[in-house]
Amino acid sequence: MKYVDEYRDGALAQTIAAAIRREADPAREYHFMEFCGGHTHAISRYGLEDLLPANVKMIHGPGCPVCVLPVARIDMAIACARRPEVTLCVYGDLMRVPGSGGMSLLKAKAEGADIRMVYSTLDALRIAEKQPEREVVFLAVGFETTTPPTALAIRAAGKKGLTNFSILCNHVLTPAAIQTILQSPDVRELGSVKIDGFIGPAHVSTVIGLQPYRFFAEEFEKPVVVAGFEPLDVAQAILMLVRQINEGRHEVENQYIRAVSEYGNEKAQAEVAEVFELRERFEWRGLGDVPYGALKLRAGYERFDAERRFDLAEKPAHDNPACECGAILRGVKKPRDCKLFGTLCTPDTPMGSCMVSPEGACSAHWTYGRFREAAKSALRAEVVALRPEEVA
Amino acid sequence: MSAQQPIRRKLDLKSGRVDLSHGAGGRAMGQLIEDIFHSAFDNDWLRAGNDQSAFEVGAGRMVMTTDGYVVSPLFFPGGDIGSLAVHGTINDIAMAGAKPLYLSASFIIEEGFALADLKRIADSMGRASRAAGVPVITGDTKVVERGKADGVFISTAGIGVTPPGIVLSSDAAKPGDVVLVSGTMGDHGVAVMSKRENLEFDVEILSDSAPLHELAAAIIAAGGAGVRVMRDPTRGGLAATLNELAHQSGVGFSLEEEAIPVRPEVAAACEFLGLDPLNVANEGKLVAIVAPDVADAVLAAMKADPLGARSAAIGKVVEDANRFVEMRTAFGGGRIVDWLAGEQLPRIC
Repeated sequence: MKYVDEYRDGALAQTIAAAIRREADPAREYHFMEFCGGHTHAISRYGLEDLLPANVKMIHGPGCPVCVLPVARIDMAIACARRPEVTLCVYGDLMRVPGSGGMSLLKAKAEGADIRMVYSTLDALRIAEKQPEREVVFLAVGFETTTPPTALAIRAAGKKGLTNFSILCNHVLTPAAIQTILQSPDVRELGSVKIDGFIGPAHVSTVIGLQPYRFFAEEFEKPVVVAGFEPLDVAQAILMLVRQINEGRHEVENQYIRAVSEYGNEKAQAEVAEVFELRERFEWRGLGDVPYGALKLRAGYERFDAERRFDLAEKPAHDNPACECGAILRGVKKPRDCKLFGTLCTPDTPMGSCMVSPEGACSAHWTYGRFREAAKSALRAEVVALRPEEVA
Repeated sequence: MSAQQPIRRKLDLKSGRVDLSHGAGGRAMGQLIEDIFHSAFDNDWLRAGNDQSAFEVGAGRMVMTTDGYVVSPLFFPGGDIGSLAVHGTINDIAMAGAKPLYLSASFIIEEGFALADLKRIADSMGRASRAAGVPVITGDTKVVERGKADGVFISTAGIGVTPPGIVLSSDAAKPGDVVLVSGTMGDHGVAVMSKRENLEFDVEILSDSAPLHELAAAIIAAGGAGVRVMRDPTRGGLAATLNELAHQSGVGFSLEEEAIPVRPEVAAACEFLGLDPLNVANEGKLVAIVAPDVADAVLAAMKADPLGARSAAIGKVVEDANRFVEMRTAFGGGRIVDWLAGEQLPRIC
C-alpha cells in the first residue's frame, strides 16, 4: 500500500529503535503517555514495545472516544433508541459498550429498538431522507476529528429542510482532557502517574493544529510530540521525546509534518464553531467532569439536539465497581492490574468500555499483548473463584 | 375422448415473482422446481422425480456435512449465493481429505423474490456443481411470507468418501509442523463488504469462492500421512481457524506476518475499514498443517494447482500451554493474533 507501507518498514524501525536505545539514559526512566487510542492500537498491533529499552515506558491515555463515554451517556442513548418513533444511527464500536444493568445498544436492538450501524454521519442523513416518518437520531461521538462531519451533516440537514434528523451530541475535546490529566492529583501530588511527555494526537491535530498544545507544554513543562498513527511515526516521536527530555526541553514538536500545521484546518474549525459551543460540564469516563471538555449545539441549532427534542435526562450511573477502566484511562493502572481483565472481562464479554473498542487499552492489551504476562498474573488465580454476581 | 389438457404457461422469468403458491405443493411449485431447479442441475437422479436419491457407496469412510447460506448481498463480485452454497459445502467435505460425491440443496425463498434472480442463482449453482463434478441430487423448496426471510436462503448438504488410510483431524497438529496457506487472505469478506450499502470502493475485489477438492487431493497425494489437518478459513478468517486448531490440538502457532499473502487492494480496504485481513473470511482458500519433512513437497504441489498459485509457508506449530497464535510483525515486534470479538460483518456466507 503506497503511503502506508513506508511507515511500517521493519528495517527503518530497527534503526530508530537502535537510536532510542543509544540515546535513552540508562540511569533514568522515561514515561510517555500516548493520548490517542490510535497510537495505543499501533503500539500494540505492531509490537512496538518489543523494540523499546526497558526504561522507556508507554502509558496509554484516554484518547478513545468509545472508552471515555460514561455509562450515563450510554444509558441515555439506549433510552433514546427505545422510543418507538426513533431510529438511532450508531458506529459499530458503540454497540457493545456496557450501560447500566448489563444493557447495551446491541441488546436493546435485539429487544426490538430500531438501531442501525452506520459508517458515517452522512449515512444517518440518508436514512433520515429516506424515512421521513421516522425520527432519525445520530449518536455523535468522537474528538475534534469527527466533529466537523457532524457539523456539516447538521448544516446539510438544515439546508435540505429535514425536520426528522437530530444528534445525540457526545463530542469531546482533547486539550481539555490532557489538561485535566496533568492537573489530577495522581500526577501533581500523589506521583502515582509519572508522565514525562506526551505523544500528541494525529488526526485531531490535523484539525486543531499545534497551537492548542503550546499552553500546557509550557505551563506543565511537559514536551509534546504530535505524531502520526503509523508505527514508525510513533517510534520517531518516542525518539524525539527522549531527546527533549535529555536536553531539558519541553516544546511542542511536530513529527506528523505531512498532515499537521500550526493552526490546523481553519475551515473545519469554522464549521464546528458555527454549529457547536463549549459545554460547561461533561463527564468523561475515568476523568470525571472535564470543564469545557465537550461540545453542545449552539443557539439556533436546538432543533437538531436529540436531548432537548426527546427530553432526555442524564441519570446518575456508575461503572461496575470492580472495573478499573477509570484508573486505566487516567494512566494510574494498567489493564493487567484489573481483577476483571481476562477473566470476567474479555472482548467477548466486556464489562468496561476499555475492553470494547479496538483502541481501548484493555482490548489492545488483550488482543495483542497479553501473552507477555498470560501465565504470570497472580491476580488471575485469585479471580477465577469470583462469581459474576459478586462483582456485578 | 380424453380430458382437455390445460395450457401450461411458462414461468415469467423476466418480471415474474415468487408467490406463496410456489411453495404450496401444487402445480405452481412443480413448475418452479422443474423450470428453474431441474433445468439448472439436470441429472438422472432429479429426472427420476423421487423425494430422495439413491446411490452406491464405495469403500472408505463416509464424510457428511451441512451448511446454510444467508449471504447479503446475494450477488457479489466473483460469485453469488448459489456458487457459494456449492463451493462451501464441497470444501467442508474436501477438508477431511475426502472426495465429495453428492450434494443436496434446500431453498427458503421470500415471497416476492424475482424469478429471474432465482434462475440466475440456480444456474450459477448448476454451473458450479458441474464444474466441480459434484451433482445436486436432491432438494427442497419452501416459500415464506414477505419479511420472513431476506430474498433467498440456501442450505446444502454434502456427502463424500475418504480414501483408506487418510485420517485428518483438528487435534493432530504437533509442534514443529509447518503452516501452509493456499493463497491471499481476506478476498471474499472484502468483496462482499465492497457491495454493501454505503461502502463504495473504486477497485473491484473479487471473491475467491472456489471448490478446493482437487487442491486438497493434490495435498494428500504429495504429503500422505504427513498432512495433519486441513481447514478452509471462512468466517473469522485465518485468525479464527488457527485459534480453533490451537485449542483442539493443544499447541500454539508462531507466524511471520511478512509471509502471509494479502492482496494490496484487500489490505487497503481493510486499512480503510479498520479490519485485520486475518479476521476476514475466505471461500476458496485452505490452511494445511503438515509435518516438516513433507512441507516442501506439499507446498510445491499446492503451487502447481491453479487455485494454489500463491501458496506460502507462513509459520509453524509450537509448544504453548496458553495455546496462543503469535506473530512476528513485519515491523519487527511480536503480537497475538486473536479471535475476533463480536461480529465483524454479519452474513458474509
